[in-house]
Amino acid sequence: MIELQGLEKRYGNSFAVRDLNLEFAEGELTALLGPSGCGKTTTLRMINRLIEPTGGRVLLRGQDTQTLKPETLRRGIGYVIQQIGLFPHLNVAQNVATVPDLLGRPARETERRVDELLDLVGLSPAEYRHKKPAELSGGQAQRVGVARALAADPPVLLMDEPFGALDPLARDKLQDAFRDIQRRLKKTVIMVTHDIDEALRLADRIALMNAGELAQFGTPDDLIHRPASDFVRQFLGEDAALRQLAGRRAGDFAHPSDPSGLPTVEADLNARSALGIMLREGSDALAVTEAGRPIGVLRWSDLQTSAAQIETVMRDKTT
Amino acid sequence: MTAGSLTVARSGRQRWPWGVLLWPLLLLICLIPGVLPRLLTPLHLGELTPFDPPLWRLTLTHLGLVALSTGIVLALGVPLAVAVTRPKREALRQLAETLVGLGQTVPTFAILALAVPALGFGWQPTLLGLIVYGLVPVVSNGIAGLMAVDASALDAARGMGMTGRQRLVRVELPLALPVLLAGVRTSTVYNVGTATVGAALGAGGLGEPIINGLSQQNTALVLVGAVLSALLALSLDAVLSLFAPRE
Repeated sequence: MIELQGLEKRYGNSFAVRDLNLEFAEGELTALLGPSGCGKTTTLRMINRLIEPTGGRVLLRGQDTQTLKPETLRRGIGYVIQQIGLFPHLNVAQNVATVPDLLGRPARETERRVDELLDLVGLSPAEYRHKKPAELSGGQAQRVGVARALAADPPVLLMDEPFGALDPLARDKLQDAFRDIQRRLKKTVIMVTHDIDEALRLADRIALMNAGELAQFGTPDDLIHRPASDFVRQFLGEDAALRQLAGRRAGDFAHPSDPSGLPTVEADLNARSALGIMLREGSDALAVTEAGRPIGVLRWSDLQTSAAQIETVMRDKTT
Repeated sequence: MTAGSLTVARSGRQRWPWGVLLWPLLLLICLIPGVLPRLLTPLHLGELTPFDPPLWRLTLTHLGLVALSTGIVLALGVPLAVAVTRPKREALRQLAETLVGLGQTVPTFAILALAVPALGFGWQPTLLGLIVYGLVPVVSNGIAGLMAVDASALDAARGMGMTGRQRLVRVELPLALPVLLAGVRTSTVYNVGTATVGAALGAGGLGEPIINGLSQQNTALVLVGAVLSALLALSLDAVLSLFAPRE
């Protein structure tokens, strides 16, 4: 879907991004992860040409983005930023309608689309359509920000620390909401973040950057179980596997089996807490229920994909 | 500091702008022949003979001067403020602010007097003076308003694919409008006062009774000009306040 070929941004003699080669697959969420100053935001902004590269190419569906007018390119790509950047003089509906308006879509159609999107991000259209950004909480404002980015139904979504300015509670809720939205819409999302938990929780793939270069590109499992370097291992931390479990539902690990006599957990419980319950109860299996009905059994070994990493971490510590 | 170059429009809940009715009404009442003399005679400040030209003509001339100068000020000042606030024009912006500020430090009368040798007597030097003076609050408020536009809103606008012109028209100008409008009001009100000085150069207007009153030591005559121009200033300010966006 999007391919970076030898992408480079250089300021004087220093490189913000250097010889970056990456391919973002269609319908996947890729996190650009890394410490501050690693070039992740620069990379993101080179994709929609808010920053012009000094070398290399960005291909969108095989087409060099330099052959497009920047405005045309950007109207086809959703854009969400940490500071949200809603237009304070326009109401919620007008904000969401920005790109459809720029594209000259009929007002009727846009109006329907706005309501649809407000519903999608969990804001009742009747209640929020006419509110001004100043009347919204941070979480609500960023929901509108996401709706605005999706308004013209772009195949690609660029997000720059979209949940970074929210308080932890609002961030959790919005991450959940966004994960549901992404499961439904299957956009090609590139999300800049420095938050490892967020990356492990939301991303299909992670591009970990350091000092303008790619440190490792792979699935969260790849990075956790097969770190390419000490930097990757250190950046993710020793408890990376546990953090990954924290972002998963216990129900996702469950297999059909006989649950009789086992301690019971809800399917929505996160897998890390389920592990905690196993340790507390001294049981290597749990019965998982959803809405009161048993759906299967979660065994210690089901967590093995991640547990393998716990072992390596332990081994590293002892040697 | 004569003109509040950074005056910001009144914020918060706006009540119904009753001044829009009150001040023009008072002005009209005062323009009915005989009303002002009857009000001022009991004060024994001087004798008021029937006016020639009539007061309403002087008021219209005055209003015309102010309206024309404000129109030209807007046509010059807003594009100037826009031009110097584009990216990478830091130096130009500072230059504009300095030049416009300089215009404000030169005394009104000096500008008018300096304009006479070039433009002769009449309304032309007065107009020039009003433009030079009126530019100050419009340009400096315009710059302040445009510079204060939220950077993240602009980044979002760019990221969503607005062209420079679309960002200006859809985001920057609407957001700068309250501050800009405060500058326009300041400029207009200020010019109503400044325009009275123009009478000394033969521009006519409400400065005429004031200057005649001063030379004849007739305080009543001075008051006539002063009261009318004050009411005109209040009326214009009230009318302009209607353009401010409502909360």
